[in-house]
Amino acid sequence: MLHGIENVVASPADNPARSDHKTQPQKLSSLFGTLGMLPVLALVAIGFHLLSGGRFFSGQNISIVFQQASVNTVLAAGMTFVILTGGIDLSVGSILAAAAMAGLIVSNVPELSYLWIFAALFVGVGFGVANGVLIAGMRLPPFIVTLGSLTAVRGIARLMGGDTTIFNAEIPYAVIGNGSLPIIPGIFSVPWLAIVALTVILVSWFVLKRTVLGTHIYSVGGNEAAARLSGIKVPFIYLIVYGISGLLSGLAAIMLATRLYAANGLQLGQAYELDAIAAVILGGTSFVGGIGSIWGTLIGALIIAVLSNGLVLIGVSDIWQYVIKGLVIIGAVALDHFRQKGSART
Amino acid sequence: MQPILEMSNVSKTFVGVKALTDVKLTLYPGEVHALMGENGAGKSTLMKVLSGAYRPDPGARILIDGQPVSITDPISSKAAGVSIIYQELSLSPNLTVAQNMYLGRELHSYGIVNRDRMLKDVESILGRLGAQFTGSTIVGTLSIANRQLVEIARALHAQCRILVMDEPTTALSSRETEGLFSMIRQLRSEGMAIVYISHRMDEVYELSDRVSVLRDGHYVGTLDHQQISPDAIVRMMVGRELSSLYTKVHTPDFSRAKLILDVRDLSDGTRFRNCSLKLHAGEVVGLAGLVGAGRSELAQTIYGFRPRTTGTMTLNGSDFNPRSPQNSLDRGLAYLTEDRRDNGLFLDMSCRDNTNTAVLKRDARWGFVLNRRKAEQRAHNAIKELSVRVPGSAYPVGGLSGGNQQKVLLSRWLEIEPRVLILDEPTRGVDIGAKSEIYKIIDTLAQKGVAILVISSELPEIIGIADRIIVMREGAITGEVGGRTGIKPTQENIMTLATGAAAPAVA
Repeated sequence: MLHGIENVVASPADNPARSDHKTQPQKLSSLFGTLGMLPVLALVAIGFHLLSGGRFFSGQNISIVFQQASVNTVLAAGMTFVILTGGIDLSVGSILAAAAMAGLIVSNVPELSYLWIFAALFVGVGFGVANGVLIAGMRLPPFIVTLGSLTAVRGIARLMGGDTTIFNAEIPYAVIGNGSLPIIPGIFSVPWLAIVALTVILVSWFVLKRTVLGTHIYSVGGNEAAARLSGIKVPFIYLIVYGISGLLSGLAAIMLATRLYAANGLQLGQAYELDAIAAVILGGTSFVGGIGSIWGTLIGALIIAVLSNGLVLIGVSDIWQYVIKGLVIIGAVALDHFRQKGSART
Repeated sequence: MQPILEMSNVSKTFVGVKALTDVKLTLYPGEVHALMGENGAGKSTLMKVLSGAYRPDPGARILIDGQPVSITDPISSKAAGVSIIYQELSLSPNLTVAQNMYLGRELHSYGIVNRDRMLKDVESILGRLGAQFTGSTIVGTLSIANRQLVEIARALHAQCRILVMDEPTTALSSRETEGLFSMIRQLRSEGMAIVYISHRMDEVYELSDRVSVLRDGHYVGTLDHQQISPDAIVRMMVGRELSSLYTKVHTPDFSRAKLILDVRDLSDGTRFRNCSLKLHAGEVVGLAGLVGAGRSELAQTIYGFRPRTTGTMTLNGSDFNPRSPQNSLDRGLAYLTEDRRDNGLFLDMSCRDNTNTAVLKRDARWGFVLNRRKAEQRAHNAIKELSVRVPGSAYPVGGLSGGNQQKVLLSRWLEIEPRVLILDEPTRGVDIGAKSEIYKIIDTLAQKGVAILVISSELPEIIGIADRIIVMREGAITGEVGGRTGIKPTQENIMTLATGAAAPAVA
């Protein structure tokens, strides 16, 4: 049925009455694109609830799920900007580690300790923009550039702490990582981590859907040549999206550092880029760019968090968790492929 | 003589839309049969039925050598002796000629490819076609014309008896076209039946033994060789006289019109050199020339999309040095690309977004928050004024027909209220109805005082809509016809300048 759309397009007829034939499948497929994974999320959650003997949907567990999803949601939001332009950012986990190290080092300097979050954000943006300069300015492939910075920035993160773990039990703003906002006191509270993540999603939504920049990001991802000819400064867009990804890696570093009161250049954020990419793709953002939504990314991140949480809850071994999560990512790419066939692009 | 192919009662329905209705086509061995019709008339659909890419509706009859055959997929079509050479050649550029010719049916023993035998086998066919390359040449190193030759060789090698060529000369120079034609004549003399799809009347006239015409998915008729004339074919394709197609209401005043764009000695160092031209308010200037003459490159350089090496420009009296399209758009100069799918439209995005691309920033609140009401209003007006046939402004532009896509792209540039509009092949891949509507839009814009430069490879079109025509050849402007030059804007005069024969005489 989805193939039929293209055929209609190629047909000679173009009066509006006939066009109506195409709207329904198109609507269905776009519905599938944005909402498609929400039922999956619900099913997975309900499934775990039943399998775990009713332990999944408890106020405490839900707030744990939110907490677990929050860091990945923030990284995945940045990744959504990048993937919407048809790029990829493999370095978010390493940038997170470097930003957290920088933050903790500053937080241990007595006079500057309150400025540590700015240090973390600054380091995040710095590395993100460096990626962007290489990609936009020198026209190097994003995969290669960020693969390089994945390794290089990891090394820098280790260098920063002399390859040790840095602690700060009195780290300012520790409430971000550990506090909660009580909704129904004693029964249900929302962790500040989740509130930060939701705020990031809302701001991202606004930027993508309600600003000129957002439209230009979709344009560059949809058809770079056309964007160039339309007077859009394409290199600037690339610079911005990698900068945003770096900034959000810095924010994720703040979230993790306040949670742990510590940072370690070697282990922090290891392989986080994979979960972030998985969340974006699960959320329906096309790998070639131009199609996708930030709400999908939120759902994707929640699915991954629910999977991790639920598998632990029902006592699946650590090893099998890897296998199952991997299969979910492959399934997501299969979905992406299916969606591509349904899109108007030929 | 018995026909090699008889197709009759061929219909094809897509989700309620009839693309073909009871079409027939009869083909004899040793003939070149031109298949003509406007875009969307059903030529490609019919050929896709023949190639097995589409299944016809029940009731279709396809006879080969008088025997009914059922073509259900590309493999059964190949087995019946049909080969199709598409516009976009389907060769692997990284493989050798021989590997391409044997693709999918390599000679092998126990999975080990027998390269030597394959190479030897293809040499005889390549020799027969007079190819200048060998079986071990990498396809990626060949010219487009030679790649076509590889496709033809592959068809011959597959024992093909019915060869379909879909617009084979689009990317060829005139010398390469001559080579292709002599090849086609040779194949015809060997008894091959050739279906030749082309929009170029002169080619069809020169080459074909018979012409069949489709219109709106219906079979209109077949002309024998002595009946073929451009007028007769156009009448059948359009269903009306040619002259009513073009609109030219605006009348430029050559003596008093205001000079808007003045380009002097523009070069880009590679594709064109020392090009000078002037555009006045309210005139439509044609830019003619063969494909590859550097017309699009010149236009893109004026637009600031390609860098220039020499030359100066003034726009509206003051210096004009665009370093990017943004500069040009700010000064009111827009360029409509010849390739709307690859370089123009955002196919996944809505008509509204595509219309508003160039004015998003101008309309935005505080310079960055989208003004959605204004955007909707612009899209709504554009759809109404250009009569874009679309269910709604939120509909993705990729789902529209070529003509409606082109109107949406045109609306993007009209939104900036241009002083100068450069249109690069504005009616390419557009059906006849939309064509005449686009001509009307161009005419209306000229009446409003916009200076318009139209690049077109269709001579009747450019003669029909332009006030004067500048001709380019191999990167240089070779002359001008029409307007105050005193040289009649005829196809002959334009081709003389475009091909570099003697200069046309003043009438």
